[in-house]
Amino acid sequence: MMGVFQRLGQWALGMFQRLGRGHLFLLRVLSQVPMAVLDFRLLVQQLYFVGVLSLMIIAVSALAVGMVLGLQGYNTLVDFGAEASLGPMVALSLVRELGPVLTALLVAGRAGSALTAEIGLMRVTEQLPSMEMMAVDPFRRVIAPRFVAGVLSMPLLAAVFSAVGILGGYFVGVGLLGVDTGAFWSQMQAKVGFEEDIINGVVKSIVFGVAVTWIAVFEGYDAAPTTEGVSRATTRTVVHSAFAVLGLDFILTALMFGGN
Amino acid sequence: MDLDIPRGKITAIMGPSGTGKTTALNLIGGQIYPSAGDVLVDGLSVPRLRRRELFALRKRMGMLFQSGALFSDLNVYDNVAFPLREHTDLPEPMIRDLVLMKLEAVGLRGARELRPNQLSGGMSRRVALARAIALDPMMMMYDEPFTGQDPITVGVLMKLIRQLNDSLGMTSIIVSHDVQEVCAISDYIYLIADGQVMASGTPDELGRDASEWVQQFMQGKPDGPAAFHFPAEDIALDLLGEAR
Repeated sequence: MMGVFQRLGQWALGMFQRLGRGHLFLLRVLSQVPMAVLDFRLLVQQLYFVGVLSLMIIAVSALAVGMVLGLQGYNTLVDFGAEASLGPMVALSLVRELGPVLTALLVAGRAGSALTAEIGLMRVTEQLPSMEMMAVDPFRRVIAPRFVAGVLSMPLLAAVFSAVGILGGYFVGVGLLGVDTGAFWSQMQAKVGFEEDIINGVVKSIVFGVAVTWIAVFEGYDAAPTTEGVSRATTRTVVHSAFAVLGLDFILTALMFGGN
Repeated sequence: MDLDIPRGKITAIMGPSGTGKTTALNLIGGQIYPSAGDVLVDGLSVPRLRRRELFALRKRMGMLFQSGALFSDLNVYDNVAFPLREHTDLPEPMIRDLVLMKLEAVGLRGARELRPNQLSGGMSRRVALARAIALDPMMMMYDEPFTGQDPITVGVLMKLIRQLNDSLGMTSIIVSHDVQEVCAISDYIYLIADGQVMASGTPDELGRDASEWVQQFMQGKPDGPAAFHFPAEDIALDLLGEAR
């Protein structure tokens, strides 16, 4: 019985230690953010890696999600003779929820895991210690540019996701199922609010961007410098990011839309 | 453990694997902190330095890592140019001249366009050496520079370490367990084991040392005071353990 409590205590202590390390790590990253923004060349490199290279998976996924939303939405709405509301239904689903959440999950899987593996391997191959020995702070040169790129990319990718998703819904609803084009767009324009829906969606994706990129760069930096350590860290990035995004989404949704 | 590294000389720290040779280098470079004691470099106490002061000191130190530790996203030229671009405001044409001179010193001027994954192990270490001396440091630390290298590369590295030390007036510290190579280029050697200095002296002095342990290490004898076996219970008891 004591053994169980001992293990539980060890697990809890380890978790709180990691949590503490993670927050100290974030403070160090934030202190280097201004320098990372000023080093434009490095930032553009990372924006390309995190943002541009994620575009394909974001666009393809968004198209599929939008088409499914169009199909399912039409099947439900047509029973009530409300198929003209397909436009706002697809748009609100994407802008408020699916755009930010699915983009964050996809970015965690593609770019987040790659960031963790890259930084972890830089530790394994002694690139980070050698940088330190050359009096160059890895937080300024390696970590902060990746963090800023992740945070900046997320809302942009979420916007692309929502836009392409709406086009997918339009293609199925209007193109295949015969919903009126004018009704689709005009209802969407009337029902989707800029501040309430668009801005809240952007705020969500920025929060997800911070969470996912923080987890990714921290896991890479904190990984045990072995092959197994990097492998475990990469897995943790995807799993922890997914939990963080879904948990934060509930909290943010409750705060933004809970009273309505 | 008390080590004194003389200026302008090549000092080697040798000992069996796992005795803390690389840890000693990490302590000197301020990558880890001692739980007790002090590390003085050029009169400065490394553990007591603030981060900014430590980085200022590190600009005057170079370290050759065991793996080379070249940046995999940069080619040979940019790897060597990295410390110059980070720490100086030199114009790019001057950086180019300096990089080519450093690469010429290690015989790899012609390989400047290659990526780290196109280099052999020996070439990687030579590029890393060129990068480490880019800022003309007062002190160079070499972590196992000869491990896993073919005889020709070992010869090239030995010649380079000696030449660089003498021509640039550096202080060099080599951590290694390659006895012959280290004896050939070192001015002074510390033999460490179990957290203490077992012997020290010039290569010739250590060759004549009366200690059985020193002779076992210097001549690579399997039998002697340094046990081959990791501590364990009697083999008969271990093998019969399940039968009992």
